[in-house]
Amino acid sequence: MVENKKYVNKYNFAFIDEATKKEIRRKLLKAVAIPGYQVPYSSPEMPISRGWGTGGLHVTLAIIGKADVFKIIDQGSDASVNACNLREFVHMMTNCKTTFDTREATLIQTRHRVTEEELNENQIYIYQVPQPEPLRGVERYENKTRQMHGEADYAKMWVSLYEQIVRHGDIMLGAGYPVKVNDRYIMAPSPIPKWDCPNINQSKALHLFGAGREKRLYAVPPYTKVEPLEFEDIKFHPEDFTTRTCFKTGYNKAYLDELYFDDGTRHFVINDSNFLDKMVNNEPIKQHSNKYLSELKNGAE
Amino acid sequence: MERNDDNWLLRVRNLTKIYGEANENTLALTGPMFNSNICPETDSIVACAGIDFDLYPGEVLGIVGESGSGKSTVVKLLYFDMEQTVGAAWLKPYNDGLINILSESNQKKRFIRNHLMGMVYQNPRDGLNFRFSSGGNIAEKLIMAGNMHVGHIRERASDLLNKTEVPVQRMDDRPSSFSGGMQQRVQISKAIANNPPLLFLDEVTTGLDVSVQARVLDLIRELQQDLGIAMIVVSHDLSVIRMLTDRTMVMKNGRIVESGLTDQILQDPQHEYSQLLVSSLL
Repeated sequence: MVENKKYVNKYNFAFIDEATKKEIRRKLLKAVAIPGYQVPYSSPEMPISRGWGTGGLHVTLAIIGKADVFKIIDQGSDASVNACNLREFVHMMTNCKTTFDTREATLIQTRHRVTEEELNENQIYIYQVPQPEPLRGVERYENKTRQMHGEADYAKMWVSLYEQIVRHGDIMLGAGYPVKVNDRYIMAPSPIPKWDCPNINQSKALHLFGAGREKRLYAVPPYTKVEPLEFEDIKFHPEDFTTRTCFKTGYNKAYLDELYFDDGTRHFVINDSNFLDKMVNNEPIKQHSNKYLSELKNGAE
Repeated sequence: MERNDDNWLLRVRNLTKIYGEANENTLALTGPMFNSNICPETDSIVACAGIDFDLYPGEVLGIVGESGSGKSTVVKLLYFDMEQTVGAAWLKPYNDGLINILSESNQKKRFIRNHLMGMVYQNPRDGLNFRFSSGGNIAEKLIMAGNMHVGHIRERASDLLNKTEVPVQRMDDRPSSFSGGMQQRVQISKAIANNPPLLFLDEVTTGLDVSVQARVLDLIRELQQDLGIAMIVVSHDLSVIRMLTDRTMVMKNGRIVESGLTDQILQDPQHEYSQLLVSSLL
């Protein structure tokens, strides 16, 4: 038998074949060129099912290089199931170095959070997006929503916010708060909490969004204006943690998780695991800065 | 106001809508002379053809005719609900009437619709979004015109509902819980939210009972007198036309068969179809 010497590895580097990677990269270039615009793409088959982070994985695998240092978080945590499995998969397919350290990473894939630590110009931040269409709640037909985006016809979106204010006294959107990118497109920032929305604004890093099930890619280039939707008299505000503090660090200028202990007592803890570790170990951290954060006072101080 | 060639508000020329593929004989073989708007050669349907008219500021123009005569098509074409086959229209407040509004981009058309026009449909479901509250429906029009202040929006919406005699307490209820007459009044509030110079009324009172009809017509007349809005009123009901309009066009099979002062047409109809229409008035 002639031995196959050409293909030493069972899989191509980063799993996806080069032609498909090229396609995804071209779509990403288009997405970067039109910030906030949803670009349809092929969404090839993956060894995980669509809707389990395939969009983020496509983007990661299409752009990862051998020198990249990869970090992945699932709702702020490096250690939760989705993150662990995808990290192992990316490592198997690329042999790239992986890390928990936000600052060391060059490529960060995330599910539903932006790190508390500030991102830099050498980093690319990749979101797993379940629902890329911010207008889906007000318009169920795809051809209509695409037309609405094309013509910047966002009245229905605004009326739905108005209705929420009338009915409940506030805009009742928690995760996935719609933002306007570069004064043009309304974008769903994947279900990140409201807390994270201001941190995408004028960010130094490139933000890429992949929705595998819905087959859409979009992007926020570095230093791009990203504004949460707000009325002139009713403003956007992030989650309010002023009366709570992290039980490990006493800090509350970060997004907090609620924990119930076995004795029934309730505690709060910083959601971003790497940020929490660094705080506990007293390592130097540079947090994101935004106008909402700078108005806050730390309850522990 | 004196009317001359220059102070028109809306000018419409050769407005035509044909469904299906027409050939060169289609227009010659349809119309009131043939008592049909279906082309015998191509089976295409001429909804309206060769509609020419000028509308002056503050004037109320009636379009009357039997069902299927193309009267609703005319206003829907002018409100950009449908696309014309041929024809042109100019609106004075938009670019000083120099640009054919029917050939503008969708974005520009929406601007014109939101800032310069209002429409009240026969069926409130066409004009209102039943998933939004009545205040929200009015807000939609205000937001589209760039009003982004919730307090101001609510003030304006309650003013409008007051003006149209809808109880303001019901501003945050959905129009689906309203009576037909109330829905129609909410629709009127929405249509006039941005003080448009031009309002289209498409069979507004059809389907309402007589006493409610009278109140809606009263309201429209009041608004017309208070705000001086120019209107195009489409109706098959001559009493509505008589009550509201200054000038009337009679349509049949997609063509205008007669036009003139409303009184004149009602007193002394010239075309045989107008005569039939007037004589069948109860």
